[in-house]
Amino acid sequence: MPIASALTLLTCVAIVAALIYFGLRRCKDATRIATSLGAAMLLIVAGFAGGWSALVDGGYELPLLPIAKRVDQLVDWMVIRYGDFLGDLNNWIVHKIGFFERFLHQSVAWPLMALLFAAIAFHASRSLTLSAGVVIAFALIWSLELWTPTMQTLSLMSVSLLVTVVFGLPMGILMAQSKRLRAVMTPVLDFMQTMPSFVYLIPVVMLFGLGTFSGVLATMIYAAPPLIRLTDLGIRLVDKEIVEAATAFGATRWQTLFGVQLPLAMPNIMAGINQSIMMALAMVVIASMIGVRGLGQEVLYGLQRQEPGTGFIAGLSIVLLAIVLDRITQAYGQRLAAHRQVVH
Amino acid sequence: MGDIVLRNVTKIFGPAPASVLERVRQGVRKEELLAQTGHTIGVRGVSLTIEAGKCFVVMGLSGSGKSTLLRHLNRLIDPTSGEILFDGEDILRLQADALRRFRRDRTSMVFQHFALFPHKSVLENAAYGLNVRASGIGERNANLEKARRWIERVGLSGYESQFPSQLSGGMQQRVGLARALATDAEVMLMDEAFSALDPLIRREMQDQLIHLQAELRRTIIFITHDLNEALRLGDRIAIMNDGAIEQVGTGEEILQHPASEYVARFLEDVNRGRVLTAGATMLEAISVRDTDTAELVLTRLRRQKLPVAYVGDARGRLIGAVTESMLRSAGPAAAMSALARPVPVAPATLVLERVLPLTLASDLPVAVIDAQDQVLGMLPKDRIIAALAAHHGIPGT
Repeated sequence: MPIASALTLLTCVAIVAALIYFGLRRCKDATRIATSLGAAMLLIVAGFAGGWSALVDGGYELPLLPIAKRVDQLVDWMVIRYGDFLGDLNNWIVHKIGFFERFLHQSVAWPLMALLFAAIAFHASRSLTLSAGVVIAFALIWSLELWTPTMQTLSLMSVSLLVTVVFGLPMGILMAQSKRLRAVMTPVLDFMQTMPSFVYLIPVVMLFGLGTFSGVLATMIYAAPPLIRLTDLGIRLVDKEIVEAATAFGATRWQTLFGVQLPLAMPNIMAGINQSIMMALAMVVIASMIGVRGLGQEVLYGLQRQEPGTGFIAGLSIVLLAIVLDRITQAYGQRLAAHRQVVH
Repeated sequence: MGDIVLRNVTKIFGPAPASVLERVRQGVRKEELLAQTGHTIGVRGVSLTIEAGKCFVVMGLSGSGKSTLLRHLNRLIDPTSGEILFDGEDILRLQADALRRFRRDRTSMVFQHFALFPHKSVLENAAYGLNVRASGIGERNANLEKARRWIERVGLSGYESQFPSQLSGGMQQRVGLARALATDAEVMLMDEAFSALDPLIRREMQDQLIHLQAELRRTIIFITHDLNEALRLGDRIAIMNDGAIEQVGTGEEILQHPASEYVARFLEDVNRGRVLTAGATMLEAISVRDTDTAELVLTRLRRQKLPVAYVGDARGRLIGAVTESMLRSAGPAAAMSALARPVPVAPATLVLERVLPLTLASDLPVAVIDAQDQVLGMLPKDRIIAALAAHHGIPGT
């Protein structure tokens, strides 16, 4: 139907032109009109030259925007070109993570681990109740005979979180400095957070193979956005007058960042780390589908063998682990928040 | 330490400030410019000389551009055009590194909402300006020691390890003051520093600043919207309106000769008695020698149509006053030294509020004298009252 498609095309062109016109609110009128008209002309020409004839002829082979095809080609090309190298990298990293994982559940006895976490919890909250709760939660997991998968999950989480912080924190800091970077990164973060994880699991597995490293990568993509967003937000929420004071006394950008902005953004950054941990735990089950060992795998077994009980206790362990990590990080966040509000 | 000179400083906010500079110079109205081009005028062609070692107050209502102007002086804001000279050196030429050194060593700042670092203790806050310069641990300890002395000076001893959130507003601003004073910078920028405080605390802080300034003699640029505060603190005052300076002068000059309708309206609720001095309000008086005869003095009084003459000794020091009726009843040959009656005296620098009670003690007009007891002029009761009541300058001065 040529008329319908022409109308569609014109509607799209009109919308794009209007968006450009209102987007350039701050420029001179002549610039606004010229830019939006130019863009409209370009789109119409492109529409007629490319898609139009195909639509009129009816028998088109490619969709108007052949993105799927291009993505396929890109991934294929990367697998052919870099597959071996990435595979080796994967093996090397898996070996390292495996070492850490084995250390956690073979070399450290569970009571020792429980005590270590209880100590961390006490340091964070100064509350014996929380510390006791941590010991009880770990004892429960041990008595469910899920200690080894729990430690496997914990090690994957720790590594993912480390990578997330190493990438996320600087990204959040950079976003807080530059409006332009924030404008670019916001849709990217939306993409990372809402794109169904299976979608990027496919290329990741094609490139890196099954196993822990792919799991770490997928977890990071999913867990990084809240940390990045809250770091950015935390820094921008620091009272402008306080930052101005640092500048007025001749502080360098680094002195301002590390001496004033980051310490004052810490409660928000801790909230971001807390959110990232929760998101990472939510990825555990999905990661098990690409061969990551741990509690997610137990859930998967329960599903595959139709053993609701197996699935339930594994799920329960995930919840217990989540609660322990959540309470500890929240307590740190609250401790950091003390004395950081501005009171007039 | 030298003067600060601003030459034709203009600041325009908006997407392309340079493009509308010409229109601003031609005096386009703020609203018109905003509606047509989306630019706002922060500061409009300000030229000023700020004397070293004095307290210069910039006064204006919110939106008059006074805080924007202040931020030009340490380049938290850069002007669209104009020059800013410290001691003859153009600070707009400073590159990032030199600018940082300039801010560290030559200027300090006190903020309206204190802007203390909430995660640092009172002591660390006070030492901040020193610590951004320092690197070694020994230096840091010396800085803390110095900061401790300033905390003592502003009356906060014992609070060193507290956090700002544990202090009241007035105490927080004392920390802000200590932080600014501790760097020994010659120029102190104070942005509505006392505006967020209760009236009583504000008065206390003003007293403290006056007290400190009497000794330290820093160059202070003080922003306020409170005219009484401006008159109290300022050696000189600039009144800003709509980004431009309406008038610059001492408090008395502005009170007595408001340059515009806008300034005059501002002055209406000022307590004039606290600002106007005897010297600025006095009328011309006749001084005679103690050896002069009554006849001679009487002739002078009649010629100048004045009721009183003040009698001085050989070195001009005031002895007393004689009136026309006294002279007439005494006879033409009587000597002044015998006739002179005691008279209330006021130094030229005394404010009218304090002169007024003196008039109750005597019918004679108050004699205004200088430091050597020589008569400068006189202040009759009705003159004082007229000066206190006047809203638009004083007729006849």
